[in-house]
Amino acid sequence: MLQGIAFYLLAAVATVSGLLVVTARNPVHSVLWLILAFFSSAGLFVLLGAEFLAMLLVVVYVGAVAVLFLFVVMMLDVDFLKLREGYARYLPLGAIIAAVLLVEMIIVSVAVVQGGAAAGLPGPGAPDASVTNVEAIGRVLYTDYVYFFQAAGIVLLIAMIGAITLTLRHKPNIKRQNPGDQVNRDRRKSVEIKPAATGEGVSAEELL
Amino acid sequence: MDIGLTHYLTVAAILFTIGVFGIFVNRKNVIIILMSIELILLAVNINFVAFSTYLNDISGQIMAMFVLTVAAAEAAVGLAILVTFFRNRGDIAVDDASVMKG
Repeated sequence: MLQGIAFYLLAAVATVSGLLVVTARNPVHSVLWLILAFFSSAGLFVLLGAEFLAMLLVVVYVGAVAVLFLFVVMMLDVDFLKLREGYARYLPLGAIIAAVLLVEMIIVSVAVVQGGAAAGLPGPGAPDASVTNVEAIGRVLYTDYVYFFQAAGIVLLIAMIGAITLTLRHKPNIKRQNPGDQVNRDRRKSVEIKPAATGEGVSAEELL
Repeated sequence: MDIGLTHYLTVAAILFTIGVFGIFVNRKNVIIILMSIELILLAVNINFVAFSTYLNDISGQIMAMFVLTVAAAEAAVGLAILVTFFRNRGDIAVDDASVMKG
């Protein structure tokens, strides 16, 4: 009973906020609705017994991706109203295609549960109390899927390098620190010994 | 109010559809398109996790994790391209980005 209420609440919030992501006039509002959609989906993951992925969703999406989106949306000085041109023009076509897609996918979902590959499943069995969700994931992630895990790390590394090289720029006419020059500097270029006569010192001309 | 696999698949289908719809109606705004892609990948993740639970197989959750990784990388690179594009053009309208069109 309580699970049903929680499911319908989270599903409704996720759906409505998902719809508001694509219809909001202000992209900043879109990002905030996206955060709500991800948060509700994390709740659905908890209901499904995938606590680790739920927390991962909150940390990665709400904590990193959404903040990245917010940064970019707020940084770019774009006339977002101009970008909404053609919104009404594509609305009917988009709605028709979306409706067809939705009906198709729901039919397939119902069919696969009632008579297809997922028919007659016992459903989520009682969770094994001796193994937590994190432990169960860890047991296969670092054994059966270790190469995939490493590949995922490489994907993230390459994405990071790509993002940095794309956005890094060296402005001309700006004073920059050059570590190579600093290391290569030696005594002969830096200091000079001038003979100074006793009692007279060094004149200003000699210093130049 | 017995919640079954179909319920979760339906929610995922609705989110997926919203993502596709968002790409259709916001054809000019790349930021919203990127957010729609994130919604689509989220729907895929819900499917993975729902099947993982109902099949009693943890592999689905591992796959969802990899999808999450790729989605994060895609968002980072996509936004970096967007920033570079904005710097060069002073605008983010994707219609104008047709220089490489044959």
